Amino acid sequence: MAKILMKGNEAIAESAIRAGGLCYFGYPITPQSEIAEYLAHRMPEVGGVFLQIESEVAVANCLYGAAGAGARAWTSSSSPGISLMMEGVSYIAASELPCVIVNIVRCGPGLGGILPSQGDYFQAVKGGGHGDYRCLVLAPSSVQEAVDLMPLAFDRADRYRNPVIVVGDGMIGQMMEPVEFKEQEFPPLPSKDWATTGCKGRKPNVINSLYLDPVMEEKLNFKLAGKYEQMKGKEVRFEEYRTDRDTDCLLVAYGTTARVCKTAIQRLDEEKIRVGLLRPITLFPFPEDKVFELSKRAGFVMSVEMSTGQMVEDVRLSIGRTKPVYFFGRAGGMVPSPEEVVEVVKSHIGVKK
Amino acid sequence: MAKKAKVTIEKNRCKGCELCVNYCPKQVLAMSKEINDKGYFFAQVVNQDACIACRFCGMMCPDCAIEIAVEEPSVQEVKGDG
Amino acid sequence: MKVIFKRPESLTTTPTHYCPGCTHGIIHRLIAEVIDELNLRERAVGIAPVGCSVLAFNYFNFDFQQAAHGRAPAVATGIKRARPDLIVFTYQGDGDLASIGMSEIIHAANRGEKFTVVFINNAIYGMTGGQMAPTTMPGQVTTTSPRGRDVNDVGYPIRMCELLASLRTPGFVERVTVHNPKGVTNARRALKQAFTYQKDNVCFTFVEFLSTCPTNWGLSPIQATKWLEENMLPYYPVKNFKTPAGAEAKDAG
Repeated sequence: MAKILMKGNEAIAESAIRAGGLCYFGYPITPQSEIAEYLAHRMPEVGGVFLQIESEVAVANCLYGAAGAGARAWTSSSSPGISLMMEGVSYIAASELPCVIVNIVRCGPGLGGILPSQGDYFQAVKGGGHGDYRCLVLAPSSVQEAVDLMPLAFDRADRYRNPVIVVGDGMIGQMMEPVEFKEQEFPPLPSKDWATTGCKGRKPNVINSLYLDPVMEEKLNFKLAGKYEQMKGKEVRFEEYRTDRDTDCLLVAYGTTARVCKTAIQRLDEEKIRVGLLRPITLFPFPEDKVFELSKRAGFVMSVEMSTGQMVEDVRLSIGRTKPVYFFGRAGGMVPSPEEVVEVVKSHIGVKK
Repeated sequence: MAKKAKVTIEKNRCKGCELCVNYCPKQVLAMSKEINDKGYFFAQVVNQDACIACRFCGMMCPDCAIEIAVEEPSVQEVKGDG
Repeated sequence: MKVIFKRPESLTTTPTHYCPGCTHGIIHRLIAEVIDELNLRERAVGIAPVGCSVLAFNYFNFDFQQAAHGRAPAVATGIKRARPDLIVFTYQGDGDLASIGMSEIIHAANRGEKFTVVFINNAIYGMTGGQMAPTTMPGQVTTTSPRGRDVNDVGYPIRMCELLASLRTPGFVERVTVHNPKGVTNARRALKQAFTYQKDNVCFTFVEFLSTCPTNWGLSPIQATKWLEENMLPYYPVKNFKTPAGAEAKDAG
């Protein structure tokens, strides 16, 4: 089909609808309110549910209820709103419910700013809410990739019965790029016979996360842990750029920052400095094996992020102390430029300007 | 017309709250002197013949320990919200 | 002999963990009776709160979801919007609904979400050991108001029916009591009316139940019913506060 020029937020919304995400609860917050606005208009056209609810606290609980009743429920928000959802996400994970949460990350902490950031990595990848759970975390770096990842997000949410977070940033949400919506096929999913759809013809279902008996609670915790091990085995996704050679430096970056790094790598190539990029597409599970493998062919590894250093910790965990690991970041909504990345790489190599 | 009413109390469901005894208008019920499996003094029927099947005891029991039956169902069918 | 009173089908046989004389048991039974009578069991979904009734799903014979503290109206909104054919109700105490969940209940009522709210007002926090609630009476001693609720410091108890009835959106809002058989009979009628409105897809329905908490009031169950009558009834009048105008629902009486 022909490509159409779409704003990231709107393309994400459209892709979600086409993936069957027909139950949306949301709350306005910059820089992603266009998702709710687009859906307010579009959902009734496809017979789905759109509701602007009173707060993100309520959003998370609406997701819980709707998912518990068998719907493909999803939402979108930005960092401070995602914080408010964390209680609900913990409940959703604990109750083994599916949902998709799109975080168009803005800078923080606190009220912060509305410009792009990658400061929610820890929140997304290391839990966010209380208790022992994880979310599958997908990080597109273009509008097209965001469109392609939404159907995967809904499939994996249903397949693992777990929240899936799609992490964008203000650039991806706001910019316009040509996109096409491709049909995707997935293996069949089991039926949602656990959902509260009315107990006709079966025993009652209970959606619950309260386990006062420690034996039962421990069982649940390790059951969830088992899911995350499965994800580590099957769901790791990444892109390699110019890694088919020995390099002076391996960059690790995701989302918008990865695109900046690709341009930086092209500039460095002109100066005969060989740099490769490993772009995680899943932030959880993190491509630790691939990072380690590529680091062996690199002089040093550098994580580039729009934060003061979050993913770099997972980079360090992946390679231990086998190679130096550096970090370069901008924060507050400042987007790193390719020139800055070039200069920092060169400074670590010891190349004078 | 006298009707026969039968109040049955499942003694091990009873928590000894005494609400049934308190609200019975005909002194059909009283608290026992023995304790049940949970350690509560339980309500029991002491004067079945006085029962008028008003169902106050059943209505006030929080533990569904009370069942009430009557003879002559065609006369005595009283709906809950009537 | 014909049985004229027994455990309703929608209630399980599981003995409850509630204290002796706790009115949760009566109210659970009324809900089950109404759901049986209106034949709604196979489409019912209840939502349990955080509070003494956190384990309510063990006592009802139909689908249930456990909600986070105060969030039941949002969970109910999610279910009802996704599946309008289901009969959805929340069951919430005074901490759950009138404290942490105040935003959720007001907005659900204001949106006119077509589920039923069962609000248990016993003027105290039961499960956590007897702290002050937004509904605690002036002068009432609780573990966090050991000198009695001081209205000059923390204000007056909140009357939820009056608050919600002030919203422009149509709804059914009624307060009932279960401290004596007359109250129980009236409560059943109101509850049946509420579920009938839901069955007929009419409006938001809210029934506040004045309830006792013998353990945390420090009274016997019988004394507790008297305390409710003397102290709560004058402040929390038992009456209907709102019915939907021109309601299409069949007469529940």
